[in-house]
Amino acid sequence: MNSARQAEISRGARWFGALAGPALAGYPASLLVADGALGTRPVRWIAVVPDAHNRFERARHGEVGLIEGWHLARAVQEVVAADAGKPARTAIIAIVDVASQAYGRREEAYGIHLALAAAAGAYAAARLAGHPVVALIVGKAMSGAFLAHGYQAGRIVAFDDPEVMVHAMGKASAARITLRSVEALTALAETIPPMAYDIKNFAALGLLSATLNVADPDQPQPADLDLVGQALQDMLASMDAEAEHDLSTRLGSPLRQASQRVRELLRLQWSQTVTE
Amino acid sequence: MENLSYDFAAAPAAVPLQRRVLVGVVGSGDLEVLVEPAAAQIRIQICTSVDGMASIWQALMQRVFGAAALPAMRIDINDFGATPGVVRLRLEQAMEELGLSDQQPVDKI
Amino acid sequence: MTTNQETRLTALLGQNSFIELAARERSRQLLDAGSGRELVGPFERLSSPWLAQQGVVTQADDGVVVTKGSFNGQSCVVLAIEGAFQGGSLGEVGGAKIAGALELAALDNRNGIPTMAIIVFETGGVRLQEANLGLAAIAEIHSAIVDLRRCQPVIGIVAGTVGCFGGMSIAAALCSYFIVTREARLGLNGPAVIEQEAGIAEYDSRDRSFIWSITGGEQRALSGLVDVLAEDDVQQIRSHVAQLLARGVPRMHRSEQTARFISALDAADAATQATPGMARAIYAQGAQ
Repeated sequence: MNSARQAEISRGARWFGALAGPALAGYPASLLVADGALGTRPVRWIAVVPDAHNRFERARHGEVGLIEGWHLARAVQEVVAADAGKPARTAIIAIVDVASQAYGRREEAYGIHLALAAAAGAYAAARLAGHPVVALIVGKAMSGAFLAHGYQAGRIVAFDDPEVMVHAMGKASAARITLRSVEALTALAETIPPMAYDIKNFAALGLLSATLNVADPDQPQPADLDLVGQALQDMLASMDAEAEHDLSTRLGSPLRQASQRVRELLRLQWSQTVTE
Repeated sequence: MENLSYDFAAAPAAVPLQRRVLVGVVGSGDLEVLVEPAAAQIRIQICTSVDGMASIWQALMQRVFGAAALPAMRIDINDFGATPGVVRLRLEQAMEELGLSDQQPVDKI
Repeated sequence: MTTNQETRLTALLGQNSFIELAARERSRQLLDAGSGRELVGPFERLSSPWLAQQGVVTQADDGVVVTKGSFNGQSCVVLAIEGAFQGGSLGEVGGAKIAGALELAALDNRNGIPTMAIIVFETGGVRLQEANLGLAAIAEIHSAIVDLRRCQPVIGIVAGTVGCFGGMSIAAALCSYFIVTREARLGLNGPAVIEQEAGIAEYDSRDRSFIWSITGGEQRALSGLVDVLAEDDVQQIRSHVAQLLARGVPRMHRSEQTARFISALDAADAATQATPGMARAIYAQGAQ
């Protein structure tokens, strides 16, 4: 593969190709979907990738837009429908490399918020129906794009790499909105873990199940494929024993103790009949 | 952002507070005031977004709580740039909701 | 004064603005009189662990009010976001209050108690001073809505003036039913961010009538993307909630209507810049 073609192919696309193989026909070019197996478990792989010819011009660089949102929902709903009434639950692996949602007039006019809700809702419903869902973050996991594709997973794993970032908004926009300089935001992020962009700080918040040290995050090597495959299988196994298919494993970090305290107090006060 | 604190004596004969009250929101130019019963004195704690106004807060607190016949209470103020007039309004609103507005000293500005 | 004028004047005088009410009062007014009891309220002093160190004054309830009570006799929890505090942006604690309450409502239903939820959205989305904890909380809110909406309608309201944006617009779209006013807006990205990313020709963040023409309540209602366009009146909004509740859990939530929306978007002319009319037209067919 020559370097010019390589430049067009995102990390997400590379890892999809290496892990999942050829994508199914019938989906838009920005959505890669394939059915395979991890060990003996049936798996559907899903990735959002750049499509230079996307019908929506504001979604040509790997953004999650209108088309991507609704077809993500479709890809996930199909799995759930196919397994309905059967004992087995196909796993769903979201390969995540999404730098943002799509920004544009068409996107807002045609309800991109609903398109992303379709995706998030489908992933959540699949998880609640007992399908093990794992998000594998190989690059960016930003904002609305990540909420739609990956953040409803029962387990999240990520590469330990400087290019891997999770956040609510890109630095330039975040600086503008909070009326600070990018430098000031970066400085704040050093002492305020939830404001940081890097994966170590994200892990410290207790939101990751594992970080993976792959030799080359840009070029899947055989040893890395084994490592990733094994990690994914471990995640699936860890979900086998779960009675609840909720997101409560994300509440373990001391940095989220307020989140736990709120829930504790809500539980205590929920059924009381004493009024003020 | 500044944290300020002021203490005043409670009136020994005043009926102790039975309730607590919250007024206002921490919006631009506004503040919230939380008032709760306390044991021994009137303690006011202020967190304000505007620095350097301590003497103005001091004077305002003195006017409202200095000579008033009020019961012991704990007051928390979270302020986002309200004018003294708005602060006064919120304090009066709180006192009124607690049924304490009669005890305010008459203050003609 | 003519009869028409009299009627309108009476209506005007009788109208109690919902928009003008703060979150706490909105919640109280939605629930049956006297039934509301605030949970994890401001006197618990569970406010943001992250704002003080950035020099930002906290609000004692972190900008979210949880009130449990009844709606027309049915167990109901109202989650209301205070738009006046930090633009209604969601931080760790406020987000946990919403997610946690929805989780408990779902648990109630599993235990035979039909607790429903009403969410009053007035929010720009994630509070950037808490970034990843705000985002994580919003993901948990999404999960909890999807869980609860299987048992009870989750009814969302955006009245204005802040509107509903960011990750919470996704939450809005997950609700079983949604009520807007003309003053409200509902969209994924804030106008300033779209202008920053896509340029002023694509989206002029200072052109108010343009913004409302794309994301305003009336436009959303005419496009079939929300369920009710309400007048800014407490009793009317309450009455709309009651009517929506009476419909029960939708057979298929709007956000599950994949085939319908894919086919509508396939038919849309994506190469042409969108107009409000085009948005209304592509979704006019096949309403369910």
